Amino acid sequence: MSDDRANNLDVLSRRVNWKSTQMRARVRRRYWADRLFRLSGFSAVVIAGLFLLFLLGNIIQNGISGFMQTSIEIDIAFDPTLLPDPTLPPDQFSAALARADMQRLLRQALMAEFPNVSGRRDIIQLTRMLSSGARAQLRQVILKDPSVIGTTKRVRILASDEVDQVMKGNIDVGVSEENRKLQDKELAWLGRFQQEDRVSLSFHSRFITGGDSREPELVGVRGAITGSALTLLVTLLTAFPVGLAAAIYLEEFAPRNRFTDIIEVNINNLAAVPSIVFGLLGLAFFLGFMGMARSAPLVGGLTLALLTLPTIIISARAAIAAVPGSIRDAARGLGASPMQVAFHHVVPLAMPGIMTGTIIGMARALGESAPLLMIGMVAFIVDVPGGVNDPATVLPVQIYLWADSPERAFIEKTSAAIMVLLFFLISMNGLAIWLRQRFERKW
Amino acid sequence: MTNATIVVVLALMALIAFAVVRQRSVALVAGATDQLHSLPRYHGYYAALMVALPGLVVLVLWLISGKYIVENLILSGLPSALVDANAERLDLLVNRIRLIAENGVGLETDDAILDAAARFNSLYGRGIAATLVLTMAAAGAGYLYAVGKVAPLFRARTRFEKILHSMLALSSFLAIGITIGIIGSLIFESLRFFQQVPLEEFIFGLKWSPQTALRVDQIAAEGSFGAVPLFAGTFLISLIAMVVAGPIGLFAAIYLTQYASPRTRNFAKPILEILAGVPTVVYGFFAALTVAPLFRDLGMTLGLDIASESALVAGVVMGIMIIPFVSSLSDDALMAVPDAMKEGSLALGATPAETVMKVLLPSALPGIASAFLLAASRAVGETMIVVMAAGMRPNLTANPLEAVTTVTVQIVALLTGDQEFNSTKTLSAFALGLALFVTTLMLNIFALRLVRRYRQVYE
Repeated sequence: MSDDRANNLDVLSRRVNWKSTQMRARVRRRYWADRLFRLSGFSAVVIAGLFLLFLLGNIIQNGISGFMQTSIEIDIAFDPTLLPDPTLPPDQFSAALARADMQRLLRQALMAEFPNVSGRRDIIQLTRMLSSGARAQLRQVILKDPSVIGTTKRVRILASDEVDQVMKGNIDVGVSEENRKLQDKELAWLGRFQQEDRVSLSFHSRFITGGDSREPELVGVRGAITGSALTLLVTLLTAFPVGLAAAIYLEEFAPRNRFTDIIEVNINNLAAVPSIVFGLLGLAFFLGFMGMARSAPLVGGLTLALLTLPTIIISARAAIAAVPGSIRDAARGLGASPMQVAFHHVVPLAMPGIMTGTIIGMARALGESAPLLMIGMVAFIVDVPGGVNDPATVLPVQIYLWADSPERAFIEKTSAAIMVLLFFLISMNGLAIWLRQRFERKW
Repeated sequence: MTNATIVVVLALMALIAFAVVRQRSVALVAGATDQLHSLPRYHGYYAALMVALPGLVVLVLWLISGKYIVENLILSGLPSALVDANAERLDLLVNRIRLIAENGVGLETDDAILDAAARFNSLYGRGIAATLVLTMAAAGAGYLYAVGKVAPLFRARTRFEKILHSMLALSSFLAIGITIGIIGSLIFESLRFFQQVPLEEFIFGLKWSPQTALRVDQIAAEGSFGAVPLFAGTFLISLIAMVVAGPIGLFAAIYLTQYASPRTRNFAKPILEILAGVPTVVYGFFAALTVAPLFRDLGMTLGLDIASESALVAGVVMGIMIIPFVSSLSDDALMAVPDAMKEGSLALGATPAETVMKVLLPSALPGIASAFLLAASRAVGETMIVVMAAGMRPNLTANPLEAVTTVTVQIVALLTGDQEFNSTKTLSAFALGLALFVTTLMLNIFALRLVRRYRQVYE
């Protein structure tokens, strides 16, 4: 072989015999190797794509049912002896209503449905099929229309999370009784409701409009969305002006010297600092040194502003640098001062690029959770925050909190919250892409 | 009245100053604005700045020092018995008072503290009122100064632009300020930590269990702060992540730069970028909920015992996340190789694969190495995936099937929930943060150096 090869490749003495079988085999081998190489490259791209598809598909598959919730229609007899007099003035009426024993109303209704269920424990179990939010639901019904008092009306009442999970098929009812949350008799009760077509799965608006809760069927993302919005507002209001000013200075005014070099290197390095380190800075500076309130969007927003500032500066600089020098020369020639050149001409022309970079930076801040854990935005907060100093949490941290909850029903709620988060992220990135394509000029 | 009131008042005053002085400059020349050195609005801008800046200085001073001043006043007014009883932990006492002052009475029963809280609120309110007065006085002085300056030949624009220039410069120095803040706060808190725990123990100690005694008299296990298991866990997970992301990212970059049609490239690149845009908490959830059971089942069929929180799961999912970092930076490095080199190789009859292996990769090697380093630095600093999927128990092992913990996980574990600010436990988080910061910074600097040297070769 080695002799043959020497013969075939002896280019100094004679030409290579490409027709020889050895050379043909060799060429074929090399082409095969190339094809294999190409295939590995292709499969790397495909694998990455499949990962993404699997991730998103998995989230959507788990999460889509999180927007739905099971309700059971129950005939409630609005017993006037348990409820306040509807002829009372409205404020007294609602105060009395808040004290009224709704649990008893529910219990009576359920006992009327199932006359042969007796015994304290069974009755408690029966009422447990309904959500603990049922009382508030009844109160709402009465408040809306006090004339129901004294009548019997069919009301749609939220089922408990376990019933809901059975309805969605997330709990396997085939396993033996002691291994599942819902017992056989509860399934039988549920079966009767189902037979009468009184169990329904429908869109659950509370998930969008409600705050956090311990009960999966009562949770909502509005508190977290509001927290995220307030936090991002603080971030935007601080990081955007400062980042823009820094970019203008570095591109238009800064002398080229060692010091500005240091600033540049420093900004590039800051962009790669782990986000959790910014959290530590926020903790030490804003909470420790400045003594600001824990868990507040103000502190969260300022911390995220530190995090997004390098991103905004880098992209704003790129956008400003892309404005051609002829614009500056023309403005200078017409007598504009350097400041006027920058603010009247360069910055407006660079604005689409700056906005694009800012939105992308904001999207990154929206998905960030680690630094916010450091400054205590990880508390259980039921109320929707009303201002930047109220305790709040943000959407990614809410996801983290729900992911930690043991109830089966929180899986779909977490996935649904992720879908909401991804929706906002996609919208923001879409807006950035649109801005870029619509307004960005090619010089 | 709150601090926000002061901001609003100040903004209003600046606005009024703008309007009045602008009008005044016009009136001075009886409407013939061509006789002014600066346009009327620059006179206005200048006045507004002269009003806003001194006011802001006062306000910022108050925001920084206000609570400390009030706290010290409160402390000096407390009954001496109470101060003596809490002499060691005066900061806790202050916290108790402030909690009541901010959130209402709650469960507090000590009259002296309730009294102090009430005084805190009244003093703080008075502080705000005083600040408002001082702010307005400073702003008023600025206003008088600006009004006195208005004259046809007054160079309002030049002055205004000078101030603006220094404000722009100040903004860019802020970037350095952030770095100094990070380094300063990490080093400051770490030094306090190393006063309590020797540096050798932190760097070489093999046992990490930060539980310290809550009370002095308690006979609890002394916390031990040997960070080696954490570094080992971080290293293990990052290594797994790189084993996943390295080949996939590099091969994807090679395919997209050398083989793919422009259409495929335009389609595939954004998809890879999306992987980097998905929030890490989503990856964490995905790892814990889907990948971990998948791996456990897979391991069972293979006869392997994979823990439900394992280094493998966290590493693989983190690897998926950093694929785009590797691929896009390697992409740039490959694209930067001059076309002449690639075409020369192809013209000599090398197949594309041979060209990549023997010409492109060697010349793009510094760029690719820096891509790997930057991706590794990402993996080292990544938090949410490991918090949700890697586990909390320090475990010095090289077995990827076991649960390990990382530096970032421990930082989160130490700092979530209510913590005393001064305990060794809390301070240790800052020492870990410092170690993390130094590690990633070195990786980044080294990576940027590599790229810089590489660029100089071709440009």
